[in-house]
Amino acid sequence: MRTALALILALGLGGSALAVQPDEVLKDPALEQRARGISSGLRCLVCQNQSIDDSDAPLAKDLRVLVRERLTAGDSDSQVRDFLVQRYGEFVLLKPSFSGHNLLLWLGPFAVLVVGGIGVFVSMRRRKVQPAVPLDATEQSALEELLRGKGQGRKEV
Amino acid sequence: MLVEAGHYALALALGLSLIQFGVPLWGARVNDPVLMNVAPPAAIAVFICVLASFLALTAAYVTSDFSVLNVVENSHSTKPMIYKISGVWGNHEGSMLLWILILTLFGAVVAGARRSVPLRLRANTLGVQAAVTVAFLLFILTTSNPFTRVVPAPLEGQDLNPLLQDLGLAIHPPLLYIGYVGFSITFAFACAALIDGRIDAVWARIVRPWTLGAWAFLTLGIAMGSYWAYYELGWGGWWFWDPVENASLMPWLAGTALVHSTVVMEKRDALKVWTILLAILTFSLSLLGTFLVRSGVLTSVHSFAVDPERGIVILAILMIFIGGSLALFAWRAPMLQQGGIFAPVSREGVLVLNNLFLATACATVFIGTLYPLALESVTGEKISVGAPFFNFTFVPLMLPLLLLLPFGQTLAWKRGNFLGTAQRLYAVIGIAILVTLAVYAFTLGGPVLAPLAIGLGMFLVLGSLNEILTRSWAKGSNLSAALRRARGLPRSAWGTSLAHAGVGLTVIGIAATAWNAEELGILKVGDTLSAGPYQVKLERVVPRAEANYRDEVATLLVSSGGRELGHVETMKRIYVTRNMPTTEAGIMTFGLSQVYASIGEIQADGSVGLHLFYKPFVLLIWLGAVVMAAGGALSLSDRRLRVGAPVRAKGLQAMPAPAE
Repeated sequence: MRTALALILALGLGGSALAVQPDEVLKDPALEQRARGISSGLRCLVCQNQSIDDSDAPLAKDLRVLVRERLTAGDSDSQVRDFLVQRYGEFVLLKPSFSGHNLLLWLGPFAVLVVGGIGVFVSMRRRKVQPAVPLDATEQSALEELLRGKGQGRKEV
Repeated sequence: MLVEAGHYALALALGLSLIQFGVPLWGARVNDPVLMNVAPPAAIAVFICVLASFLALTAAYVTSDFSVLNVVENSHSTKPMIYKISGVWGNHEGSMLLWILILTLFGAVVAGARRSVPLRLRANTLGVQAAVTVAFLLFILTTSNPFTRVVPAPLEGQDLNPLLQDLGLAIHPPLLYIGYVGFSITFAFACAALIDGRIDAVWARIVRPWTLGAWAFLTLGIAMGSYWAYYELGWGGWWFWDPVENASLMPWLAGTALVHSTVVMEKRDALKVWTILLAILTFSLSLLGTFLVRSGVLTSVHSFAVDPERGIVILAILMIFIGGSLALFAWRAPMLQQGGIFAPVSREGVLVLNNLFLATACATVFIGTLYPLALESVTGEKISVGAPFFNFTFVPLMLPLLLLLPFGQTLAWKRGNFLGTAQRLYAVIGIAILVTLAVYAFTLGGPVLAPLAIGLGMFLVLGSLNEILTRSWAKGSNLSAALRRARGLPRSAWGTSLAHAGVGLTVIGIAATAWNAEELGILKVGDTLSAGPYQVKLERVVPRAEANYRDEVATLLVSSGGRELGHVETMKRIYVTRNMPTTEAGIMTFGLSQVYASIGEIQADGSVGLHLFYKPFVLLIWLGAVVMAAGGALSLSDRRLRVGAPVRAKGLQAMPAPAE
């Protein structure tokens, strides 16, 4: 996290922390709500893993204004996103699309859970009572030593 | 001179750790106690050398010795003393030195625990640990020497990165590193057990305190880092799913699983192979975290080229240790005896599920963090994986885990009765549902899922309380008897309940963020802005100068319903040396809730932009983590884990007064 801070700063983004500027806010609260929703899912392309909603970089500001312009012009949420993807590539989406190569990403955790679950199930079924292993010579002598008893071997519970 | 001595001590430490690596492992192989006994003094000597080296660097910082490159780049003569000291690890070289210092400190502590760890196990463990030390000492000496001199020495340093000039830097990295590096001991014990081909409940009992301690520190370190980012970055977020954060979350998740699986191993002699694997994986993830943060490979895909040498060396270390230990595991694990058996519905059964979910959650973070990198290197496509991905995958994995938790802690070992357990929890479930409905009714029209999450948090807190209650109070028994029994419960039982209640508190804190109120405005002096039940009035904006920075301070009067509550200051700060601006948020705490104000642009006419948040119960997020760590610490003080505790007289079974 320390390095995250350092990098954010190194890229000149640690400055003002206001992110969304008051003068950008749209008059229509419903539209502004949608704008906030969209921009929190868009990556500030020059930042470290920040959404344009959180970032103070000039580019993030431009994108926020752009999102609001498109919304005011009557675009739907997905049209705005598509427009930005066309312009900047998938990199701009903080939530990768559920298609193509990304299926591996999205289904990966699910696959791990299923495989892990099967593993647990199989190993539970295979688990049988195992025959007791006889003591070897040193263990046997250690045991006899203890049994001869000086109270040393008392087991704490 | 002192600086050269520090450098020399580091080289000496390398030589000594080679001895600590080779001799005891050979001694264990040929069964020679003399050779095996070389390990403890060697480990202590290595620690002393590294400590001397660390102190030499600290001295260079404290005296502002600008003939040392590292000091020039990260310090300044006007910097306050505390930041001069914490600046030692506020940079790559110094933080690696701190890493090694903690690594060798743990080695020295194991070396000191003579009575509790059998000779052979100790020799093997310290030998494996020395291998890690050797690798990192080589790394620091060849690619990241903190003692490099600069000629001619400049008159003044370049100052420490302003964001790091904070108390957070003094506390966060040491805590985090103790956690990260603490898992190296568990790793070394696991490898030692594999080398010896012998593992049993005694091993689990020896290893558990180390795991628990490392886990508690890592918990605190992550929470501290999260709170630091919250107040320092100034936009009110507390977790960003940033790759660097994920790097510390992965070992934490694996470590949490490990803490639980060692319990099963200790009590029931089961899950041995899995526990060993988990011990290896946990430290591997710590190494991976170090690699990700230190090489910069993830934070920016392109910065790998900035310092390829360091990145490649750490990658090599990573591959040797992860590959080596996994190979050892593959070779030796089949020889390990499987232990105790248990029914699916039992505490072991639930702990297996706990491990399944935690391991999957860890894998999810792993995939989300590394997938973009893998995809780009394979296909050249660039994608981002941000918070939405983790919200869709990580959160659903946590839900069943948290729902199961109170059941697991109540179920019996070996073979449990699910319905019976549910009956013991019916009051808790009832109260949790009532709380959910009450919260929902009170905030009608607000968020819908958040009341459910609050209910879940209550279920966890009350479930933990219930566990202590039902274990100490039986029907018909009076209060003093119940209190006596509660005091007599093992501290590990108290610790477990406390830690689990902490999870509940964090869940409630996270759920409460749904009621955050946020307001933006441009204020002239005298204007007010409100968020939630609180109003702030801008009273004045004045400049102020300190030794190494200048502020524009906005003073805000906070009030609620006409009642004045006090002033907070939020400022724009310019650090003179680096000419870097930062924002200092103004935070006022009311119980567990906070009003958070962050200053924005100062306009030409003197009015200022202001970002105001009301964050109800936000402190619970970190308080919960502190409670978790406290639970870990309490469990650590349990009698059976107290290393080398004297044997008590017979018949004295009662515990000394534990908990609060």
